[in-house]
Amino acid sequence: MKLGFSPAEEQFRAECADWLNGQMAGEFKDIKGITQLTAMPERRKEWEQQLAAHRWSCIGWPEEWGGRNATLAQQVIFAEEYARAGVPGRINHIGIELAGPTILTFGTDAQKRRFLPDIAAGKTIFCQGFSEPGAGSDLASVRTKGRVEGDEWVVNGQKIWTSLAHISDWIFVVTRTEEGSQGPKGLSFLMMPIDQPGIEIRPIRQINGDAEFNETFFTDARCPVDSLIGAPGEGWKIAMGLLAFERGVSTLGQQMGFRNELDEIIAAAKANGAARDPLIRQRLAKAEIGLRLMRYGALRMLSNSDHSKIDGAALTYKIQWASWRRNLGELAMDVLGQAGEVAAGDHYEWDTLPNLFLFSRSDTIYGGTNQIQRNLIAERGLGLPREPRG
Amino acid sequence: MEFALSDEQQMIAETARAFFAENATSARTRAAMAASGPDAGIDRALWQAFCTELGLSGIGIAEEAGGAGLGFVELALVAEAAGAQVAALPMLGSLALAAQAIAAGGTAAQRADVLPGLLSGEIIAGYVHDAGLKAEDNRLTGRDAFVAHGAAAGLFVVTSNQGAWLVRADAPGLTVIPQTTMDQTRPMARVTLDGVVGEPLADAAAAMARAQACGWITLAAEALGGAQAALDRTVAYARERVQFGRPIGSFQAYKHRLADLVIEIEQARSAVWWAACAVDEGAEDAALALHAAKSFAADTYFLCAGNMIQLHGGIGFTWEHDAHLFFKRARAIQTALGQGSWHREQVATLILGDAA
Repeated sequence: MKLGFSPAEEQFRAECADWLNGQMAGEFKDIKGITQLTAMPERRKEWEQQLAAHRWSCIGWPEEWGGRNATLAQQVIFAEEYARAGVPGRINHIGIELAGPTILTFGTDAQKRRFLPDIAAGKTIFCQGFSEPGAGSDLASVRTKGRVEGDEWVVNGQKIWTSLAHISDWIFVVTRTEEGSQGPKGLSFLMMPIDQPGIEIRPIRQINGDAEFNETFFTDARCPVDSLIGAPGEGWKIAMGLLAFERGVSTLGQQMGFRNELDEIIAAAKANGAARDPLIRQRLAKAEIGLRLMRYGALRMLSNSDHSKIDGAALTYKIQWASWRRNLGELAMDVLGQAGEVAAGDHYEWDTLPNLFLFSRSDTIYGGTNQIQRNLIAERGLGLPREPRG
Repeated sequence: MEFALSDEQQMIAETARAFFAENATSARTRAAMAASGPDAGIDRALWQAFCTELGLSGIGIAEEAGGAGLGFVELALVAEAAGAQVAALPMLGSLALAAQAIAAGGTAAQRADVLPGLLSGEIIAGYVHDAGLKAEDNRLTGRDAFVAHGAAAGLFVVTSNQGAWLVRADAPGLTVIPQTTMDQTRPMARVTLDGVVGEPLADAAAAMARAQACGWITLAAEALGGAQAALDRTVAYARERVQFGRPIGSFQAYKHRLADLVIEIEQARSAVWWAACAVDEGAEDAALALHAAKSFAADTYFLCAGNMIQLHGGIGFTWEHDAHLFFKRARAIQTALGQGSWHREQVATLILGDAA
């Protein structure tokens, strides 16, 4: 058991940091430090292309598809340095972390050639069409329908919570393609271009005033037959494989963002005297401890060489970080006092910490609510009887 | 990234787990609890077997000092296994505190004189700390009312803010009075020194720093083992106990409480591994890691043990059931060697600097 990284890995870290810091001090200075997911989309698409031009876009992918075949440790290091350098989140993170790996794992050679180079190059931005108004926690009860008509798939229905759909080029959609099927059976996984008459996108305004989520409506929306990933009816298997990619290397980069948030709260507490309050001190200490334990939990998860086995650290990771961050938002407001209740400008727009307070209410919902996480921990982790299903 | 047990560490963990599961049974622990006299709360035969047959008593002490080498990671694995069975053993006072202090701060002669007896289990040592101890020409006057397994000790390491000394249990001026202790698996004694002659350890600061770190790791690891065992036993009960025609573990209100315990235990395991590694590797944040591990693991254990009683229903409140052994040990660990709030205040000071 070892805490740190090897000297070669630390050298790789220095290489990553040099390049990223150089970019953030130079050509892409204007996007440094952006935390809002929807801000400056055009510049951030250019940033995607800059990453690709220097082969930093998808380092975990094979070299033939624009990656570096990077080890897990190297991917973790890059994610950490990326966040540490104050680079804004990847506007194509769904393409790079979800769509790409799904195509690499389940796609045909032709599909790889068609999609991967453009995803890697930052030219194709992807979003994700899983949830529906009637399929939230019960994700398998998808009702959006797909049928083959000539050499095209035709899709009708509605998806919801499609993050960044309004700036995306493609969407992957889980559709019910087998008439009369129920639950996880009879679903298929389709790649669809967004810019077409059959797809309409409406933003959903969130409690923090921002609108990164959307409703996406499909009315005879079309894509070529060869846009199907895997075989018809394999949609659930592919969607579940994809969700496993989600729990991976990006977690440590995400933690660097959390580090920045906690540091901002610590600075605010020192500045306004809250740091003298013994109860605030206890809560700051708990937050610090929780963040450190998150890091070592992630390292345990990533050190588990048998990835077919989901261990306790992996099963509990989502609820742990989400709950930690929600508590952090509440702590931020207690540290700020009434200053946290008023915006700096005239608009309903919030500085980092009040925004953290509001946004973090979604952390314990998206990607599997805390309630669902607890079911998974009890059923998959502890082997307790499953919830009854209707 | 190798933040996982090596094959050798896995083997140590399994060996220790098998040993304690087989030998530190509830019946033997209860026999030790019921005993009277100086050996109350100690399973002497188990202690002998642990020290001599298993040969793991010298873990975390350098081979030059007569130990078995290895580090805190391995020591934590052993303490975790002992904690899982709430074993009635003087591991904390005799090994984690006293032996570690002597190994780190004693002269070569002191180590050669004392350590073999402690590591073989023939002699049990207690660890006495009195911040206000008076020491004039190594004549010590002071007291500590909460010395773990003090009544069984043949030797004490006595510490204050100024120094550390070895004191024999039969030294004139030393009085040891056993206390009735809530956690009967780790009874405490009141030790009073009235002008007792102590033999100073060569490097008191090193002795105390090492003992403190080892004590915190040991308690945190014990707590981790106890928390996991409390969960495992409750899960087993949730599967077999039927009410309303269903195993009670199928009810969501029950499942979610168990899931919450898993979330805390996983973090406690990360905390113990981090702290043990940080000390072994001399990492910069070792102090933060130790405070985090002690406070977090102790609170996790208490949460799990409290839920063990609640989720067992009435049977969990009986003396006959083992839940109270876990519950009392958990509470004792929360208090021992600094309460959680004290450890968190140390963390706050580390991250806030002198802002206050």
